Amino acid sequence: MARRLINCVVNGDETDFLCEDGDSLLDSLRNEVGLTGVKEGCGTGDCGACSVLLNGRVTCSCLVFSPEADGATITTVEGLADGDHLHPLQECFLEGAALQCGICTPGFLVAAKALLDANPNPTESEVRYGLAGNLCRCTGYDKIVRAVLEAAAQMREANV
Amino acid sequence: MTIADDPATTLPGYKWVGTRPIRPDGFDKVTGRARFGADLTLAGMLEGAVLRSPHAHARIVSIDTTKALALPGVKAIVTGADFPEPAGNPTDQDMCRNAMAREKVLYEGHVVAAVAATSKRIARKALDAIEVQYEVLPHVMTVDEAMAPGAVLLHDGMITKGMDPAPTEPSNVASRVVYQRGELDKGFADADVIVERTFTTKPVHQGYIEPHAAVADTTPDGRSTVWCSSQGHFAMRAYSAKVLGWDPSRLKVIPAEIGGGFGGKTTIYLEPLAVRLSQKAGRPVRMVMDRDEVFMATGPASASKVTIKMGANKAGEITAAELWMAYEAGAYPGSAIGAGSMTALAPYNIPHFIIEGFDVVVNKPRVYSYRAPGAPQSAFAVESVVDELAHKLGIDPIDFRLQNAVEEGMQAPYGPKYQKIGFKETLEAIKHHPHYSAPLGPNQGRGVAAGFWFNAGMNSSAVVHINEDGNATVVTGSPDIGGSRASMALMAAEELGIDYNRVRPVVADTEQVGFNDVTGGSRVTLATGAAVVDACRKVIADLRARAAKTWDVPVEQVEWVDGQAQHVDGSQPPLSLAAIAKGWARTGGPISAAATLNARGVGAGFSTQLVDVEVDPETGHTSVVRYTTAQDAGRAIHPSYVEGQLQGGVVQGIGWALNEEYIYNADGKMDNPSFLDYRIPVASDLPMIDAVIVEVPNPGHPYGVRGVGEVGIVPPLAAVANAVAAATHRRFTDLPLSPPRVLDGILNGTEES
Amino acid sequence: MRYFAPTTVEEAVGLLAEAPGRKVFAGATDVIPQMRAGRPEPDGLVDLKHIDRLVGVRKTATGWVIGAATPTSQLTGNAELSAEFPGLCEGAGLIGSDQVQNRSSLGGNLCNASPAADSVPAMVVNAMRAVIASGGGTRTVAVQDVPTGPGRTTLAPGEFVIEFELDSAPANTGDAYLRLIPRTEMDIAVVGAAARITLDASGTVTAAALALGAVAPTVVRVADAESALVGKAIDDDVLAAVAAAASAACNPIDDKRGTITYRRHVAGVLAKRAVTIAAERARNRASGTPSTNGGSH
Repeated sequence: MARRLINCVVNGDETDFLCEDGDSLLDSLRNEVGLTGVKEGCGTGDCGACSVLLNGRVTCSCLVFSPEADGATITTVEGLADGDHLHPLQECFLEGAALQCGICTPGFLVAAKALLDANPNPTESEVRYGLAGNLCRCTGYDKIVRAVLEAAAQMREANV
Repeated sequence: MTIADDPATTLPGYKWVGTRPIRPDGFDKVTGRARFGADLTLAGMLEGAVLRSPHAHARIVSIDTTKALALPGVKAIVTGADFPEPAGNPTDQDMCRNAMAREKVLYEGHVVAAVAATSKRIARKALDAIEVQYEVLPHVMTVDEAMAPGAVLLHDGMITKGMDPAPTEPSNVASRVVYQRGELDKGFADADVIVERTFTTKPVHQGYIEPHAAVADTTPDGRSTVWCSSQGHFAMRAYSAKVLGWDPSRLKVIPAEIGGGFGGKTTIYLEPLAVRLSQKAGRPVRMVMDRDEVFMATGPASASKVTIKMGANKAGEITAAELWMAYEAGAYPGSAIGAGSMTALAPYNIPHFIIEGFDVVVNKPRVYSYRAPGAPQSAFAVESVVDELAHKLGIDPIDFRLQNAVEEGMQAPYGPKYQKIGFKETLEAIKHHPHYSAPLGPNQGRGVAAGFWFNAGMNSSAVVHINEDGNATVVTGSPDIGGSRASMALMAAEELGIDYNRVRPVVADTEQVGFNDVTGGSRVTLATGAAVVDACRKVIADLRARAAKTWDVPVEQVEWVDGQAQHVDGSQPPLSLAAIAKGWARTGGPISAAATLNARGVGAGFSTQLVDVEVDPETGHTSVVRYTTAQDAGRAIHPSYVEGQLQGGVVQGIGWALNEEYIYNADGKMDNPSFLDYRIPVASDLPMIDAVIVEVPNPGHPYGVRGVGEVGIVPPLAAVANAVAAATHRRFTDLPLSPPRVLDGILNGTEES
Repeated sequence: MRYFAPTTVEEAVGLLAEAPGRKVFAGATDVIPQMRAGRPEPDGLVDLKHIDRLVGVRKTATGWVIGAATPTSQLTGNAELSAEFPGLCEGAGLIGSDQVQNRSSLGGNLCNASPAADSVPAMVVNAMRAVIASGGGTRTVAVQDVPTGPGRTTLAPGEFVIEFELDSAPANTGDAYLRLIPRTEMDIAVVGAAARITLDASGTVTAAALALGAVAPTVVRVADAESALVGKAIDDDVLAAVAAAASAACNPIDDKRGTITYRRHVAGVLAKRAVTIAAERARNRASGTPSTNGGSH
């Protein structure tokens, strides 16, 4: 079957890629666009490692058919930093040792960005429930939750 | 070469050790740059896929790949016929058969064939087109079934090792181990209270988020380069070579970043298949497991059955213990029954005991290491019974443990005498933590448990290069699974006396650094760290010699202080590392040094943990509401990553205690090979994990380091079960403590005071 | 497999009529895992999210219309709907993680026809209706009449749900949904229970609905519990009768997520808890106090 051409905006850039209709957005982003920061942990929407913002909303890219991305705006972990200026979440994950192996980190950062975009002042419980779709097996989540709360505080302060 | 015999533990303070700088690999990991196993793409690369047994136990009658090979885009297929007859010792031969089945398949998911094609989609289609005829055999799934008289045998000729006299008939029991001391009858006669119970646990998976992945590029000269995410690329080279029948040096293994391992990535699965497929196809091949393959076909931790009888006198002394333990090995011998037996009673000084352990094969995937392998299962039994004894004696559970705790100079149950250890210090830390006296709410209970792990030393190599700008590159061969590059850089910065940010740590491939054993056994900061320290000290000796040459003085008159050479009497202006590097052409050329060692001086690890749970009395649902862990780290090089190890181990243990288990159906097939139904803890399941680092420096390491990665997972199973017992007044002996099991206990169990 | 993105109901109906192997989808949160688990790929997938009528939450003169493909995060994010039907929004909001919530829909959750679907019990107690498109126009059926068993529905080939109709709640009415899962998130319900209670000024129940999920091939209405409630003030005896009726109404299976015994017992527990929360909300809605949280466990 002929492959389909998809036009979208990825991390701010006009991007196009070819896909088969049954491909997942995860596979297309990794293999066609070259954004391997988007990780596959399960392929069934249970781990969140493949989280991206699709038109501003956090989504498991493994649960999106690539043709659905036509005309969409997509943000991946590669698009969080502003040039060489890291996003506060990235800074806080580094400072707070909120990663060990790092495979889940891209998904957590994207999901946490969506969480803070919607709720700039979350409680610990809101962070824990908001990030329940992202599995981490290394950290026990403690330092991740602290890093997100710290980033939220810094971002609120910056916006005052 | 041994660990430097100049313990810096006596030094008055450190500039870098014990600080919390950003890890060197962190920037790549928060920006998506870090390359993990599945992230590499090579020109012309094919995608691989694996055909796995749908049966728990079957004879392979025939495999026909004709139709599959004829599909457009299929470039190579391998089966058992493409690999040499398994050779070497029995464990090696089992590994070869586990990597690729020959006569029989022994579990659902066992590899039968592998395909390389121009796309994953085509590779999967090809799998469907491979025709395999099986003769299905009856299966055995538990130690009880496997040990029953007349049980179906997995391996026809397997005679139990460790029996005297040796049995004449084969069985599913691969081996027996025994550890004992004193006179058991006397010990139980001395007891005022005796508790006897049987405990069981289910198989649990390490649950790393990154599925196994490997890329191989085999060239016509008969060599192959493999990129893979593993806990030890030298081991991947050695094991792959065995399966392939090659000399290891024909393989070059390049470590990718590794997305979690916890012991599960210390062996090969995809690597030799990718090498052979690449060889047949003449093109690079990438293989990545799906999540269900990870669950069904890679090594979980053993299910276990432990019967324990333990006695204590009214004075609070444990007088005797008797343990019978059987661990599931999966399809091939090799459970951690040895470590499970050795660690079971290791925290306590017990005059009379016997521990008898059995390694039992069943039709499940071959188990593999999981964080302190073997110890959590036996500790679950021992620490539950210790708790119950304390309760029956009316003694505080921490005081009871303190009274019986091992200390320096006592003999461990498995033989040697303990060196400096910090078990009592962890007990005291918990006893005096505010958590221990905090009030409990309704339906809440509090549990305590302790744990021991040996920690490992083993072989490491390191090279330290001084760069022309006076910075240092630290090269090791130990994959970094939790921040060890930061620890290496911190120790090197401390030794060399330069800024942490001037040290660049690198994990090099099998051709760029000397041999290193796997990242496992909590050994990297200890052993590889010691090699780094040794190499740094060699570099410093050279730097002093360079300064002496520059000043034309004897080297004895040159000291290395704060990153610069100083003359003992101050007669020369100090020479910084950067200055010496700049002038190296005049003093003997570039500066670097290598160190290798087989680490001794390993310091054992202890952990004591405290947990509050809340149990819904109507549904049996258990929530962990507060958790504190105290662990002896010897010396925390980077405290944040030490805390991370403590917290991560605890949470894996909570998962093991509450909800994680392999569920098999009547056909011997796994019913829950997904993160949806294999339920690892999610963020909302947990409170913060308060990590208390206890530091009783290990005199065997230049900075006092003990391994910290593993022991944290040993206590939680019993700690949680003890807390649930306190909340419900029922003793639970079977894991996981899932809501149906706890509710059943509440409704139908025996209420205890 | 081909992907289609029609922009009108008629276009979608036409695409489905062209080839019998085509299926509709909204969020793909079920269809992709099912394909990955080895279910045969449909030969075409029709994406319903580009049809305006299928996406959105609209208030009408008599109640609400919810597009069948509306992401459930838009339900929980709708303050007015959440205030009037907190139980419905709880059920919808428990379908998966935030990532899934931005994709999952009431239409998908209903038509996937899992007995454990979290949104369906609350749709049933709120007497929601599904408007179904077919070749001959549209038809409207009660939500509980759509699923007939695991993976099976009364939808004819080529039919799909366009939207759901929900009548405004009478005064002094509250609803609630609770489920039991082993963790706190990311699990399939072992048991789910939705209740809707209407009270009179004296606190007597004038209308009651109770529905259970994951305890039978389809959602179960517990008529005996409803009749035990109507005409009574809610007290421990009534709640005990509700629990007993709920347990008795179950026809569960043993599976990897729970046992028959456990499901029966917990159905009773959750039924009385859901009724209690729904009744409290009914009282608070009369007095204008905000709803309390129900939800997971």
